[in-house]
Amino acid sequence: MSTTATALSPSNGASRLLRFLLDELKPRPPFFTPFNLISVPIVLVGLVILAIRFTQGLGSVTNLNQDFPWGFWIGFDVVTGVALAGGAYVVTFVVYVLKVERYHPIVRVTVLNGFLAYVFYAGGLVLDLGKPWHIINPIIGNSFGYNSVLFLVAWHFVLYMVAEFIEFSPAIAEWMGARRLRRFLQSITVGTVIAGFTISTLHQAGLGALFLMAKGKIHPLWYTEFMPVLFFVSSIFAGLSMVIVEGTLSHRVLKDHMDEEHGAFDKLIFGLARGAALSLFAYYFFKSLIFIHEHHWNLMGDFWGNWYLLEILGLTLVPCVMFAYGIRHRSLGVVRAAAVLAILGVILNRLNISVITFNWFLPNHYYPSWQELWITAMIICCEIWVFRFVVTRMPVLRKARDFD
Amino acid sequence: MDRRSFLKTSGAIGATLACGKAHAAGPDPEAAREFVGVLVDTTRCIGCRSCEVACGKANSMLVPDVENDGALEKERSTSEKQWTVVNRYKTTKGDVFVKKQCMHCWQPGCTAACLTNAMFKTREGPVIWRADKCMGCRYCMVSCPFNIPKFEYNEWNPDIQKCTMCYSRLQEEKSPACVSACPSDALMFGPKRDLMEIARVRIYNHPTQYVRHIYGEHEVGGTGWLYLSAVPFEQIGFRADLGTTPYPEYTKEFLYSVPILDFGLPTLLVGLKLLTDQVARKDHDSEDGEV
Repeated sequence: MSTTATALSPSNGASRLLRFLLDELKPRPPFFTPFNLISVPIVLVGLVILAIRFTQGLGSVTNLNQDFPWGFWIGFDVVTGVALAGGAYVVTFVVYVLKVERYHPIVRVTVLNGFLAYVFYAGGLVLDLGKPWHIINPIIGNSFGYNSVLFLVAWHFVLYMVAEFIEFSPAIAEWMGARRLRRFLQSITVGTVIAGFTISTLHQAGLGALFLMAKGKIHPLWYTEFMPVLFFVSSIFAGLSMVIVEGTLSHRVLKDHMDEEHGAFDKLIFGLARGAALSLFAYYFFKSLIFIHEHHWNLMGDFWGNWYLLEILGLTLVPCVMFAYGIRHRSLGVVRAAAVLAILGVILNRLNISVITFNWFLPNHYYPSWQELWITAMIICCEIWVFRFVVTRMPVLRKARDFD
Repeated sequence: MDRRSFLKTSGAIGATLACGKAHAAGPDPEAAREFVGVLVDTTRCIGCRSCEVACGKANSMLVPDVENDGALEKERSTSEKQWTVVNRYKTTKGDVFVKKQCMHCWQPGCTAACLTNAMFKTREGPVIWRADKCMGCRYCMVSCPFNIPKFEYNEWNPDIQKCTMCYSRLQEEKSPACVSACPSDALMFGPKRDLMEIARVRIYNHPTQYVRHIYGEHEVGGTGWLYLSAVPFEQIGFRADLGTTPYPEYTKEFLYSVPILDFGLPTLLVGLKLLTDQVARKDHDSEDGEV
């Protein structure tokens, strides 16, 4: 860790910084890890698929068609990925606004996970755009479609990525040894968290609002005017469950990079689980109200009725009860299993609305091509690469030396 | 009423209205303009598909081989190559031919969906698409109740394809190409107010020939294209369950809540933070006291 990057002479400092960055950017052994052996071929083949996609059009690698304009890339990568990245706004809110300090050790890693999820999964949206070079149109303002939900979602996406970057940036400053910069960045953290929470609320809800005009195309068991509220509430337990699962995994794999404070993740799990259980229950309650109010029992009995029950009982009520049971009996195993089920429930819910029950009445339904799944796997691999790069170099899972 | 007298009457009505409005609103020519549309009388359509051919020619799209392609055998949808198609339906009153194209909604879902204003409702009524603005997100396709916008999935630089009501021809004071080509007067172009009158007159004069419903009068808040039929519209490929609410209305509540939340929520959070700051300080003080 170099503290000399803040040297007084700017040119000297700049060249040192450059050397430091080049040094840090070099990949570090071991190279032949199982993950590398799997991910490198996935990414290489993925690049070929993308080359075909950008020269031959979307139809050459996807199963999208005129009846199914949005497929797996939007339904899973963007709509589901963003819900699962909801942990960052919940945890920063709890730590910086509610001042529950014991969650402080997981803030950085959660924000990093959230930020990378946005960059990669929401960034995956670019692959799906027909004219991605026009993506600047709604941003730089030569064409503001104010009345579009997607316009608001896009803007809130971009702003939230900036907010998460600022929230994470003290770790980068510590890594570079830039003390003054770090002090400044830390001073704006709370304001950024408040802005970030606001923006998150709206774009999580906004993803639900996107489908409001797909009335008549989404199965009535899933289409409701309350989709924005449901998307927001479910992003809370989706995010918290993701924090539980990711935390559990990274504490197995990245143990070497953790100091004592960050290694003690298990005792935080029950608190996170409590939050997840409460929001799951609120979500389930809301879903039940809609079910009763709209007389949805009339739609039960066929395949879609059973499919709905699987989502709402098997992957919403069951994990809710399991969370409660796990918390009461202090069982980490049950809580972790509940988190996995809750994540599956959110994935199924988002896919049901965006892809699976979309135009459910048509005879030839869309299913993703192997290339669409492959590109999704590629995006996940790239994200893990960057995540690994960051946590092995920057003070994310440990306190920075020479600071505080 | 024949075509000429209709045009005369509608011209007179239009002029009166124009004068009336202009008088009320001052010398603003835009204020007098009414959205135009087309009335499709499916009882008159003979299924010759001249409209398909004319459309293809006028818009440099696919010109179908009407004699030999046997396209009426199965129900088709408009495509990225054809902005309009004619389908044949077997109904309780025999074969009925129905032309299909963009309905040019009064308040279109597609234009409300579009985040770049690429999909655009013109002052004259046609809904057009502008390539230099579109980013190809296909949200218009998700939001269109009639599934009209089509995407070029096999182009590296794909366009959205849909009927523009021949917007450029309208500006040259011509009718849409399909209307001009129709040999059986099944299509009639004009301001919607006039078309509605014609449609009602036809229904009243021939109550046995038509169902008492003008598709597009109220559907999804009203559309530019209107349809008359001898059989219930479900029998000829129309959705009867779309409701009368304009599609943009479905997102209105959310859009209204955005500025409220964007400004209200931070206020609440800052207040909450000040509160927790105070609590934290008190805790800290009392701890100090104990030590």
